[in-house]
Amino acid sequence: MDGNYILYKLILASVILLISLVVAMYSTLLERKVAGFMQDRLGPNRAGIGGIFQPLADGLKLFFKEEFMPGTADKFLYILGPSLTMMIALLTSAVIPWGNSFIINGTEYTLQVADINVGVLYVFAILSIGVYGIMIGGWASNNKYALIGAVRAASQMISYELAMSMSIITIVMMSGTLSLKDIVDQQHGMNWNVWYQPLGFLIFIVCAFAECNRSPFDLPECETELIGGYHTEYSSMKLGFYLFAEYINMFISSAMIATLFFGGYNFPFMDSLNLSHNALTIIGSLVFFAKIAFFVFFFMWVRWTLPRFRYDQLMRLGWKSLLPLAIINILITGFVIMIKNHL
Amino acid sequence: MSANQNIGSLSGRSKIVSNKKMTFAERIYLPAIFGGFRITISHFFKKKATIQYPEETRPIAEIYRGKHVLKRDDEGRERCTACGLCALACPAEAITMIAAERKEDEMNLYREEKYASVYEIDMLRCIFCGLCEEACPKEAIFLTNVTVPSDLHRSDFIYGKDVLVEPVDKRVDISHRQTPEVLAFKKDKNQSHNV
Ligand code: SF4
Ligand code: SF4
Repeated sequence: MDGNYILYKLILASVILLISLVVAMYSTLLERKVAGFMQDRLGPNRAGIGGIFQPLADGLKLFFKEEFMPGTADKFLYILGPSLTMMIALLTSAVIPWGNSFIINGTEYTLQVADINVGVLYVFAILSIGVYGIMIGGWASNNKYALIGAVRAASQMISYELAMSMSIITIVMMSGTLSLKDIVDQQHGMNWNVWYQPLGFLIFIVCAFAECNRSPFDLPECETELIGGYHTEYSSMKLGFYLFAEYINMFISSAMIATLFFGGYNFPFMDSLNLSHNALTIIGSLVFFAKIAFFVFFFMWVRWTLPRFRYDQLMRLGWKSLLPLAIINILITGFVIMIKNHL
Repeated sequence: MSANQNIGSLSGRSKIVSNKKMTFAERIYLPAIFGGFRITISHFFKKKATIQYPEETRPIAEIYRGKHVLKRDDEGRERCTACGLCALACPAEAITMIAAERKEDEMNLYREEKYASVYEIDMLRCIFCGLCEEACPKEAIFLTNVTVPSDLHRSDFIYGKDVLVEPVDKRVDISHRQTPEVLAFKKDKNQSHNV
């Protein structure tokens, strides 16, 4: 491991961090625009051309807001909550292959911060600590609404994690690897996993919505009954962190969906273009971001289409529908793999 | 068959609640969800209803009932004679006035012997019904298609003569509200308002 390599990884990590933040920032604008357009409105369009500076203005406003902390709150945990949420939201981006690799002077530079061979497990691990940020925040603010929101979030995320992991297990079974880069490489061209695992994809995307606390599963923060849920007592940039983390989560989830089911940076006819390796990598990364953009849009599309679930419906869907479906999916996949191996 | 089964609801929109079991397609939600997606995305590309306010304003009718104007006659004299009929007619009690007697040297300022030295309308009380205009025997007060702008203090909404009386050199056109037919109607002795 020479200094060059470490420098390269540092730069790559910073760039990815920056991209995640900027994308999340502009997702807030996009969300408001999409909401507006779907409701026959225009959305914010006053700050800059087409509202391009709106996220900056929003961020600035949050910074200048009064920092309010309830007197009975646990100070340390109160601050830890949003920080943890933000950090965990950003951690997952380390294992996602954002593109193939550049070959410069004979050395190969992959566009992935860490190609660990248990990438999928790493993602699960991060996902399952994601609930702590919310739980700590809701608990520390010493408010019944915040606590109810946090408890809801915890049970919801743990319930849906199961079905989500089970739906990815089929992918792991098919590809025989836990490394995300290998999974992507196996989906060369149009050989995407979604063609083989449509059911797995459906389960995964539903669970991804639940994991991100996005509508129709936004019960932890449902404004109408819980006044914002776990972040009721938060103000200023701490609230901003919670809201921001949601958008980062959305971005990372979209990236995961694109990676696992839609071939990551692979795109059809990539071999017949006769381009150099580096050019292909650039196009591949762009294609990858286009896929992510579509899924981010899809997240918003769903939010402005579907009403919120009731809590018992949410639990019934998670435990009685998605989990059995995921298990059946595993069985079928295993059966098909077995038959294939014996032919 | 009982009697009330034959009677439809008054609005004709009531529905009998059905507790039928949901079909499989309904239970897995997906067809309904895709139906919803179709609807929202179709709205995404529809023409937007937004009117971009300062640059673009909602078109308002010529006979819109907005801010009042106190008219002058052809020679530039104020028409109002401070009879108080408008204040009496006003359902919101928005109008107050103080009457004064015209002096010898004020012949060119006021048309009648008595005039309003103070005439105030509280624009926060006014409901823009136009009854003052209807009540006025001197064709002195009219509503115009100008909206009352927003302001910061309640006191700023009490408009005095300085705002209400039309400038001599910038006459306000009220011909849309005062058409010959309206005038004839106002003067019609057979109508109750003139009895
Ligand atoms: S428009 Fe109606 S409410 Fe307003 S001042 Fe005239 S009579 Fe009163
Ligand atoms: S505006 Fe008309 S009704 Fe009112 S006081 Fe003057 S003359 Fe009389």
